[in-house]
Amino acid sequence: MTLPETLRAAFVIARRDFTATVFSKTFLLFLLGPLFPIAMGVMFGGIGNRIDSARTPPQVAVIAPLADFRALAAARERLSPLADERPFLILRHAPPEHDLAAQREALLTDEKTERVGVLDGGLARPHFTGAVEADGRVVRQIRMFVDEARRGPSAAAPPGPPLGVTLARTSSGSLAFARQMVARGGQALLFVLTILLAGMLLSQLIEEKSNKVIEILAAAVPIASIFLGKLFAMLAMSLIGIFVWAAAGTAAIAYFAGGGLGALPPPAVGWPAFLALMLVYFAMSYLLIGAMFLGIGAQASTVREVQTLSMPVTMMQIVIFGAASLGVGKPDSREAIGAAIFPLSSPFAMIARAAEQDAIWPHVLALGWQALWVALILKLAAAVFRRSVLKSGPAWRWPWQRRRVA
Amino acid sequence: MGNSSFAAEAHGLVKEFDGKRAVDGVSLSVPAGSISGILGPNGAGKTTTIRMLLGIIDPTSGTRTLLGRERPLEAAREVGYLPEERGLYPSMPAAEAIAFMGALRGLPIAAGRRRAVELLEGRGHGDWARRPIRTLSKGMAQTVQLLGTIVHKPRLIVLDEPFSGLDAINQEKLEQLIRDEAAAGTTVIFSTHVIAHAERLCERVAIIAEGKVAFEGGIDEARGRLRPIVHLRTRASDGPWRAALPASAICIGGEWRFELPEGGPEPLLKALLDGNAGIETLSIERPGLHEAFIAIAGAAAASAMGRVAATEAA
Repeated sequence: MTLPETLRAAFVIARRDFTATVFSKTFLLFLLGPLFPIAMGVMFGGIGNRIDSARTPPQVAVIAPLADFRALAAARERLSPLADERPFLILRHAPPEHDLAAQREALLTDEKTERVGVLDGGLARPHFTGAVEADGRVVRQIRMFVDEARRGPSAAAPPGPPLGVTLARTSSGSLAFARQMVARGGQALLFVLTILLAGMLLSQLIEEKSNKVIEILAAAVPIASIFLGKLFAMLAMSLIGIFVWAAAGTAAIAYFAGGGLGALPPPAVGWPAFLALMLVYFAMSYLLIGAMFLGIGAQASTVREVQTLSMPVTMMQIVIFGAASLGVGKPDSREAIGAAIFPLSSPFAMIARAAEQDAIWPHVLALGWQALWVALILKLAAAVFRRSVLKSGPAWRWPWQRRRVA
Repeated sequence: MGNSSFAAEAHGLVKEFDGKRAVDGVSLSVPAGSISGILGPNGAGKTTTIRMLLGIIDPTSGTRTLLGRERPLEAAREVGYLPEERGLYPSMPAAEAIAFMGALRGLPIAAGRRRAVELLEGRGHGDWARRPIRTLSKGMAQTVQLLGTIVHKPRLIVLDEPFSGLDAINQEKLEQLIRDEAAAGTTVIFSTHVIAHAERLCERVAIIAEGKVAFEGGIDEARGRLRPIVHLRTRASDGPWRAALPASAICIGGEWRFELPEGGPEPLLKALLDGNAGIETLSIERPGLHEAFIAIAGAAAASAMGRVAATEAA
């Protein structure tokens, strides 16, 4: 069978599979499925923010003379620029009473006000009592307030001009870190998309095997065409999904983050090339892992067998992803180059490289290498299918079995 | 196609499944333009032979050519195949299923859709065109698949047990379709375990039993392997004429049945007349394909048994 004829037959199979999938009601669910977690995230994120904003910082009651309390409060105020998203403790004054122990106990057990502890003894003999960690945030803050209060506001500023500040957009350290983040992000996205979408290929031949269409197909076209057609039909369907999700994601980023991708650090090859490579490497990763899944799944004759197979193949994907992520941050290391050469991890390794190094030629080379492996895996999967499922050709025997037969 | 006058040829095809031999050295030749039947009981190896001829599976050993090609799939565009286990996508509309089967064999999808509607309307089933396969009855789906088998106007049609599951009316329609295709010059090969179909339709048959070809040739040749059967009823129950009847003659309800003796009907008639048998009825019938099949398949099995016994004795 010639290559054009194989491709023509693959197109016929792909067209059938694509239309059967895309023009079904379940495809709408497929498109909406990944949007549910995003919507839930936005919704619960909003609720979480409201809960966080409703939370006030923890309070500490300060049993001390008014002068000491004011010194502590002023110290807290002077240090407050160091507090970032989580503000400092709130200090509440409690004038000393006759029975200090009883007063402390009353303040600690008073349920009307949420207090984390009581500070008594003023600045002379400060002592904190509270249900907190010994060296936790609360204790460290109180220690700092006491020290600062003792130093007082009158401490002279050290001599010399104030700190001059020049703001740079990036530095070598921040750029390398940012690109590593993009590399890891790109890999993770590629992995999630592949794990979500390529798994479907495990069950692709179950339909044809159960409704006996496989006999019609196998009599008319090469098995490799059937595999190729199914693979590309599912890739096309996945790309439709990705475009829809990407559009929804972009809209969400634009709405919530404002700057869109511009707000993220640029990868080494630049955003347009990186996004194009993301798409191409997704296709390659899908074709490589999908071809293997198709071959493995084709051996299964029931849905139950496919379900049993899905866990080990998912674990295998995680191992591949783990191997590819070893090279992030050191694109010229043995791990990174090894992951780029091993066909199944190559797309993951190469997208990380695109974030970290600007050379384009390794990508051309890698894509050619990956395409070669897609063809090899498909050919092998088709041969195994013919041999083990259709029981075609002479039975396979181990060398010692061949001798015995001879 | 090569220069061969045979649409399909097989030489010494052997197929083993897990060490068990399902087809054991099948050789057959199907002349181009003929209607040929592959006859045999269930499990005889008919379907496996057909699947090897079509290239769905490769033989363990042996060779085959289909429309002159050693790689049968290379002839796929010129072949139509109806498998024993019918299979269609349940959600596909009937016309689309027919067009899809044509597209698999190289017919452009638009032309396939057009022809599908024509084929359905030509048989008075125009209303099926848009109906999904799952809404059709088994017989209707079978008709759709049959039309999908011929939509691309193949030069060779291979039908595996095409009559099974069809009612008498649809069987007659299918027989007519086979005759029409053959009249248009198409070669038709079909397998069946129902001898009557083969007898009515085929010019040639290959009788397969236990994975081997027990007979291959014309229907007349198969029937010619048996002697004609004599049915005789006489008024006299006994007499010297009885000596003219062969020893194997049997009498059932007053009627004698026996193979026509080698000497032909004349010596028998003379003996009956001279011996005052009082002939009430006398008929000499050519044996049908059914009798020939039983005789051939049975003889082959006996021959195989004989070989096993001889081997064991050696």
